[in-house]
Amino acid sequence: MMGVELASNDLPIFVVEDGYLSDSEAFASVIRVLDGVRTASVLVAQSDRDQYDYLLSIVDPGKRMGPDEEALLATALKALSGAVSKIDIVYHGSLISNIFGLCLWNYGLNARNALLELITSLAAVPDKFLDGCLHMLVNNFLPPRRLRESISQSRWITRKKEVHSELHMALHYIADVVPLAPMKLKSIIEKRMPRCTDPKDMIVLYVECMLGLENDEIGEFLGSTLLAKVVDLLTDLDVNITWEDILQEEHNKGIFEMELEEWEDNMGHDAEVGVKPPMENGVLKGNAFADKLDGLMVIVCEHLKSRAVNGHLLKVFEALSEIFRSAMLKLHKSKFAQFLMFYACSLDPDICGLKFAVLLTDIFVSKNEDPDSRMKAVAYLASYLARAKFISSSMVASILKRLVDWCFEYCQAQDNQGKINPQAHRVFYSGCQAAMYILCFRMRSILDVPHLKHLLFHMPLGSILCHPTLDPLKICLPSIVQEFLRQAKAARLFKTSVPYLYDNSLESEFSKAFGGIERLDMFFPFDPYLLKESDRFMRPNFEFWSMVKTTYSNCNSEDEYEFDDLDAPDFPENAGTYEEHEDLDLDHGDDLEYSLNKMSITPKSAFQHPINTNFHQPSRMPARIRPSVSPNW
Amino acid sequence: MDGLTVAEADLVVYVHPSKANKARHAVLRQLSSLLFTYDEIFDGVILAYEIDIPGEHAKILSGLIPYFGVKVKANLLIFSPRPDMLLEGKVVKLVKESIHVIVLGFSSAAIMLEDIREEFRYKIKHGAGVFASSSHKRHVIKTGSMIRFLVKSLDEEILHISGSLVPPHTGCIRWLSRHVEDGSHPDRSLKELKKDVERQPQGEVITHSAQGEKFLNQTRTHKSRKRARE
Repeated sequence: MMGVELASNDLPIFVVEDGYLSDSEAFASVIRVLDGVRTASVLVAQSDRDQYDYLLSIVDPGKRMGPDEEALLATALKALSGAVSKIDIVYHGSLISNIFGLCLWNYGLNARNALLELITSLAAVPDKFLDGCLHMLVNNFLPPRRLRESISQSRWITRKKEVHSELHMALHYIADVVPLAPMKLKSIIEKRMPRCTDPKDMIVLYVECMLGLENDEIGEFLGSTLLAKVVDLLTDLDVNITWEDILQEEHNKGIFEMELEEWEDNMGHDAEVGVKPPMENGVLKGNAFADKLDGLMVIVCEHLKSRAVNGHLLKVFEALSEIFRSAMLKLHKSKFAQFLMFYACSLDPDICGLKFAVLLTDIFVSKNEDPDSRMKAVAYLASYLARAKFISSSMVASILKRLVDWCFEYCQAQDNQGKINPQAHRVFYSGCQAAMYILCFRMRSILDVPHLKHLLFHMPLGSILCHPTLDPLKICLPSIVQEFLRQAKAARLFKTSVPYLYDNSLESEFSKAFGGIERLDMFFPFDPYLLKESDRFMRPNFEFWSMVKTTYSNCNSEDEYEFDDLDAPDFPENAGTYEEHEDLDLDHGDDLEYSLNKMSITPKSAFQHPINTNFHQPSRMPARIRPSVSPNW
Repeated sequence: MDGLTVAEADLVVYVHPSKANKARHAVLRQLSSLLFTYDEIFDGVILAYEIDIPGEHAKILSGLIPYFGVKVKANLLIFSPRPDMLLEGKVVKLVKESIHVIVLGFSSAAIMLEDIREEFRYKIKHGAGVFASSSHKRHVIKTGSMIRFLVKSLDEEILHISGSLVPPHTGCIRWLSRHVEDGSHPDRSLKELKKDVERQPQGEVITHSAQGEKFLNQTRTHKSRKRARE
């Protein structure tokens, strides 16, 4: 029972002798007021009109309310929720718009509960207010602007949790009574979805509240659409960060800066290096998108984690892999969004981790998929198996076997005529490259287990890689081929001697040709993760090149000269970068991080040079290969 | 219950060329997209379908995208409620001002206080609200009961029905089936009811348990009354 003390006011509504009002009295007076104006406006008596206006002034979204006014509001709302059938869309339009204009975030628990009760009752009235109610609730996903700025303060964080869970409850009740409401809700949520240009706090808060719905039964109705929408937003943000943005960061240690303790001593050093003045606009823009993406990744990863804790990971994972297949895989070289899959897999390596690998392998070997998708899938697979710490060696070996078997069959089907045509066999070459890339990272760990070693030695790698006409060793990225051959030699993987290529170039004409203009030969989706806040989700499961035990050595620092070329691209336009890399070369003797970069090969920017199918003509400006995570930029 | 019809339909489903290798799948997908949404062509909501694709041939539409039209024979179960139809549904929420019902598990209906006939009075029994008839003691509507009601109006798009319990042949189905449809006298004693139950061995389990519930409820009522007096 709500008792409300009234300030002095002489209107009959809500005024009782002792200054207190019972619920039933409030209910009766609200009905009286509503009935009073239920007629054409000219016929409404002035006194009825005044009372109605007074009710409007109690339920006023624009007003700042003290505790008394708020209590009065709560009483009025409670009374109204008892009288929903009396509320008429025509005669009480102003009252309805006032109710829908109320902002949950402004009020205390009592008023909020009363408001949500009213909203849920209104929503259940047939054929009238459902849309308005759902809109109102979705609007309240976000706090009013003035609160958004202070939302990080702790008292607002608790308020946020409360309001969000109350909203979820309200939507849950509505769905109980109106089973088809989620259908409408879906389109409203989609409509209200923030764009990638909206401020970060807005995106993060909205998505947080929206994903919270997945934990509720209502999530069942909405299916995977919520997650799909979020992934859409992620990829939108992702494509807005261009490779140029990342490169510009080299000069302006900003969001992409990796905060590794061991790198810190190099920081001072960086300052001494003559760096170009930061390009304010471009960099800031890049930063903003990256910052938003970072915040969003944190929210989504937290969500995945909480789903996993509740035992629903598999369901989310299924939805996510469907989305991955239909959205992310189609995206041209996304940079960070795919790490969502990586994180989801890491939560349950035995099931999800395996499923993802199998999905990618299935796409790769499927004849129904287009070549680009197959190449992307195998690039994902290679990068995933190489980088995911949580994947066991035996799983890697079995997937690798499938890959190699496919390549072998492909080789068998070729006649031994004709000369090398990288473009025609690009799917095959990408498969070979993937196998080699995986082995660069994993050969040692596979060889450490006797039966896997046996398996590896019985794979027909030699006959594939030394195929007389296809000759993948000449086609795939030389850096990978080189590292692979080196490890293979140390492990005595091949019985016959394999030509050891001393080609110091990072890429060959051929690899460019098989990669196509999109350079799928150089697509390594799970190269080190560059977003600061969400990095904590990825890092524990991520295999850096520095941690990889190679077959030839346990100590990486000896081998660095081998990879000088990787990090010293001849790229006149980026002199500043070049300088820094030179600098990097100078002090690499004790650089742990330098070795981090050896296997991180990510191409520079969009390749805007014209299609150059004639690869006998040397291309003037090769795509620049850079280490994607050099802290010494 | 009214409003459910089975329709035989000859349909042509247009399939995108990219789905040419799995035409059946594409057709099913297309039809599934119709489920549970109001469609003007059928003037109702498709609840289920069953298809047969008689021919191997499909006509290719000329145009920018050469969709091909697959001829399909389909049996459709259509739900098309209209005003003045009698529908049946389960009460999911019952408050002083309204009864909320879900029909066929997806369509929602609400009966507002003014559409509930005078005979029913709102009471609180065992902490939960019920609408109990004042003229027939056993005629009670509570959360979970199946009721029959009349359609007053509806929002077709989302199938949100406004219902009415004004006509006398509406109310709790269990009560109606015993007292109205078989033409017997509405006020029968418990003994007679029991005999009824014994006579119908098929419905035994359900009815027995229902009776049991009632007994339980009655004993509980007495207790609570006592408590109230204390």
